[in-house]
Amino acid sequence: MLRSEPVAGTKTRRFEIVIESLIRVLGFSTIGFVVLIFLFLLRQGLPFFFQVPPINFFGTRWYPTFGLFGTLPLILGSILVTLTAVVIAVPLGVATAVFVREIAPGWAREVLKPLIEVLAGIPSVVLGFFGMNIVAPLVRTTLNMPTGLTAFTGALVLAYMALPTIISVAEDALDSVPKSYRDAGLALGATKWQVIWRVVVPAARSGIVVAVMLGLGRAIGETMAVMMVTGNAARMPLTPDSLFRPVRTMTATIAAEMGEVAQGSLHFHALFGIGIILFVLTFLINLAAARSIFQKRRRGGLR
Amino acid sequence: MNARFVVQRVGFALLSLIALVVVLPILVIVAIIVVRGVGAISWEFLTTMPHDGMKAGGILPAIVGTIVLTFGTAVAAIPVGVGSAIYLSEYARDTLFTRAIRLAIVNLAGIPSVVYGLFGLGLFVLFLQFGTSILAGSLTLAIMTLPVIISTSEEALRAVPTEYRTVIASLGGTRWQGIRYVVLPQALPGIITGIILGLLRAAGETAPILFTVSAFFLPRLPHSLFDRTMALPYHLYVISTQVPGMPQEIQYGTALVLLMVVLSMNLVATLIRGHFRRRRPW
Repeated sequence: MLRSEPVAGTKTRRFEIVIESLIRVLGFSTIGFVVLIFLFLLRQGLPFFFQVPPINFFGTRWYPTFGLFGTLPLILGSILVTLTAVVIAVPLGVATAVFVREIAPGWAREVLKPLIEVLAGIPSVVLGFFGMNIVAPLVRTTLNMPTGLTAFTGALVLAYMALPTIISVAEDALDSVPKSYRDAGLALGATKWQVIWRVVVPAARSGIVVAVMLGLGRAIGETMAVMMVTGNAARMPLTPDSLFRPVRTMTATIAAEMGEVAQGSLHFHALFGIGIILFVLTFLINLAAARSIFQKRRRGGLR
Repeated sequence: MNARFVVQRVGFALLSLIALVVVLPILVIVAIIVVRGVGAISWEFLTTMPHDGMKAGGILPAIVGTIVLTFGTAVAAIPVGVGSAIYLSEYARDTLFTRAIRLAIVNLAGIPSVVYGLFGLGLFVLFLQFGTSILAGSLTLAIMTLPVIISTSEEALRAVPTEYRTVIASLGGTRWQGIRYVVLPQALPGIITGIILGLLRAAGETAPILFTVSAFFLPRLPHSLFDRTMALPYHLYVISTQVPGMPQEIQYGTALVLLMVVLSMNLVATLIRGHFRRRRPW
């Protein structure tokens, strides 16, 4: 940044100082918001951790009306749905990114990119609505099950919601691999296909990991669509067929129950307690993703 | 022809197929909602109050609610977001503190929407006693929208070449004058695109407004900032899960209206971006 010596009058200079400090305050505000969010989650959530013994909190049964606040089924439910979604979305997302960046002819790129942006823009409640009315019946009839509202259905919908994030971040990662790498590979007699999988993708590895992390973060925090398609049964997903039975995630529990609890009750504080877990979890995931972002920034030079 | 090229052929075909698998459902989703919802759309549907327990009539209060909330979000988020972007692009140096700000932005972007709802309930509704209101909901949505506005605006500001700033400085202009009269106008299309993309997210979100604004059924228009209101995304959630015997057509019609609101904002953002990218002087 440059340091200028303004030839302006004192009035202009005073105005400059005012506006500069205002912009500084705005610049710092985001840190303030993160702190504020955490503080207010703690304020309403901490009483719960004090009033309920940890044994109850990490128990296996979530029946708030009977004073049972075992969050384990909800945490495992979230993990089951999220991991399945990521397992579905990552190969599809990375493959699509490779296709768009490395292979697709110009016209295909012009069609694909806006469509993926459209997917990113569809509100989660609309996808949940679609999942409920179209995907769930489809899952039920093809797998011949009593209900289509299962963890698997949730994972399918979530996978599609995570795809735009994964595709665009992975695309950036592929984009930042220098052209000279590709040229060198081709000059050695490798096919384009070999260059993609043995040179370009390995070189973009760290960026692709970031894509996966951000997709994971997006999936675990998703609320409305998941609530509408997973059936919301708070049971421990331990049996092998759990994937094809209803589950309940942490986000869905908060969204579904907050409207019905009395403010200040133990149940009310318990829902904030789940909020704290979610906040910390996504914070860690994003921290891990951001670390690699900063490393890339420091190394620089690629673009 | 050697086997390596056969592998390449098969591989490319497979990747095209996967891309198709990814993209096709998007078209199917939009098509199904349009086909099943278009029958419900009429002047009456868009401009009248719901009645008979929402099973008949229009969705006017939900549409107005979404417009009011999005407007409130814009008023709160634009100054903070653009100001923050100006700080990051024009004033901040690469210090540990600036890294902390960037980390905060990444984390704000990653916080689950329902956690924003909890935060809004804790701070705006209960602590500041705004009650369940348009004000509480707009502020909650505004904070959620900030990361999108900040990162796209910063990118737009950084794209303006350094010479533009040096020239102003050489003419005796102050740093703010350079920003105000040269950098900001040049970056404006990019900033506007970012703002629209952020607001589009706010318009479609349900979880943050669940506990901060939403009224299940309120067949009148909001009177003040402290009023509750219906909103399109929450209304779609309510009529598709909470009301038994809801006519399918109204559900799909509501989904279609919401989808069109969001997609048209998306289209405007894309058009602005494309138009100015072509005209950019550098």
